[in-house]
Amino acid sequence: MITPRYHREIPQRYRLEAGKCQKCGEVSFPPRLVCPNCKSQEFETVRLNDEGKLLTYTIIRVASDKFFGTTPFAVGIVELNDGVKLTTQIADVDFDQLKIGQKVKLVFRKIQDEGKSGLHCYGYKAVLV
Amino acid sequence: MVGIVGYGSYLPRYRIKVEDIAKQWGADPEAIKRGLMLYEKTVPGQDEDTITISVEAARYALQRARINPQEIGAVYIGSESHPYAVKPSATVLIDAVGIGPDVHVASFEFACKAGTEAMYVAYSLVKAGEMKYAMGIGADTSQGAPGDALEYSASAGGAAFIMGNENVVAEILFTHSYTSDTPDFWRREHEFYPRHAGRFTGEPAYFKHIVNAGKALLEKSKMKPSDFKHAVFHMPNGKFPQMAGRQLGFTKEQLEAGWIIPWMGNTYSGSSPTGLTAILDVANPGDLIFMVSFGSGAGSDGFIFKVTDKIKDVQDKAVKLRDMLDNNKIYLDYGQYAKYRGKIILNV
Ligand SMILES: [Zn+2]
Repeated sequence: MITPRYHREIPQRYRLEAGKCQKCGEVSFPPRLVCPNCKSQEFETVRLNDEGKLLTYTIIRVASDKFFGTTPFAVGIVELNDGVKLTTQIADVDFDQLKIGQKVKLVFRKIQDEGKSGLHCYGYKAVLV
Repeated sequence: MVGIVGYGSYLPRYRIKVEDIAKQWGADPEAIKRGLMLYEKTVPGQDEDTITISVEAARYALQRARINPQEIGAVYIGSESHPYAVKPSATVLIDAVGIGPDVHVASFEFACKAGTEAMYVAYSLVKAGEMKYAMGIGADTSQGAPGDALEYSASAGGAAFIMGNENVVAEILFTHSYTSDTPDFWRREHEFYPRHAGRFTGEPAYFKHIVNAGKALLEKSKMKPSDFKHAVFHMPNGKFPQMAGRQLGFTKEQLEAGWIIPWMGNTYSGSSPTGLTAILDVANPGDLIFMVSFGSGAGSDGFIFKVTDKIKDVQDKAVKLRDMLDNNKIYLDYGQYAKYRGKIILNV
């Protein structure tokens, strides 16, 4: 995650800001420039509901160097209450407790560090409720 | 009427027991538990820091206040574990909760009382009429050096308070601060762990500042200890706040609701502020609350709060401190704890 891209993605990573198509109502997350449904380019910014359910998950046991020392961790696909699906880490979880369909909520966590002296990068992760 | 219009607290789910730390260093856990009146402490997850804890506490405070975050004119975070040496923690927080960009932010630092400094300044700005709402936060993920006495108590957590003058749930009636140059505890720039001068920590530091701030607050308010339903003091261990309370004339019963240290540890800048949220969670209209923080170096901030009838509307609007303290714990052993806290040298 390089600094300019991290900065650009703050609205979606921090506040779950999505783009709602002004023509057909399709909600895109992350926001897009062109609606995948009707090709419209007019969007309104909406904030997604931070609660939803777990559609599927996996356990990462071997990760890239950046995540050294944090394995094993769970990653899942979450469907939020307003229908939007997103991929996210699942924090603070005993893997035995993970079940498809479980209710989750998105919380604010540190996603990664840019090395020892670089930026701390924050965003959302899911926790079981 | 100026005071708290919304409050929230946050504790990580991870815990380590005093036994597990004592075992590592060959110490007697029973003697430590008895001496410190402390059984376990919170530990931040590897992805948690003062910023993430502050954000969660601020979100709960906003849920209780039910105000437009855009109306908050200032956010101050007090901590001795700000993730950046240069870049205020609240720059991240305001973007995460939707405050600003028309907002004033700053990081405060004063050992364990940075949180009440943030509360005091937020309150003062609203009282001065500079802004409609201001937020003060105390949060920490403090570290004690391995094997040091502080390792048993240094924990993680925080609390956020939105000050305002409409729909106040706890009015601030009086404040008083007491400060002196006392070399009881410090951390030099670039050092990872703090140093403390053992003999300075009790009488000339903690007790002197809390008792003097407390006495001045009682004089100012012309109130007596028995007028208060609740009292909370900085909680470096279980014993000190009870002794300070006794010196000022407060009973164990008055301290009970806010005395969360035995199972939480010392959340430093979050210590008396999280204790205050535990009190607000159970407070009734009309209750008077007495609060004095302490920060090494050294100083104390005192507050007298009067709970209003609005408190009942907000208590259930977000998770309560004791629910986070008592439930959903994940215990770590010392090895996991050392890894979580970055105490292990890695080859990366
Ligand atoms: Zn469309």
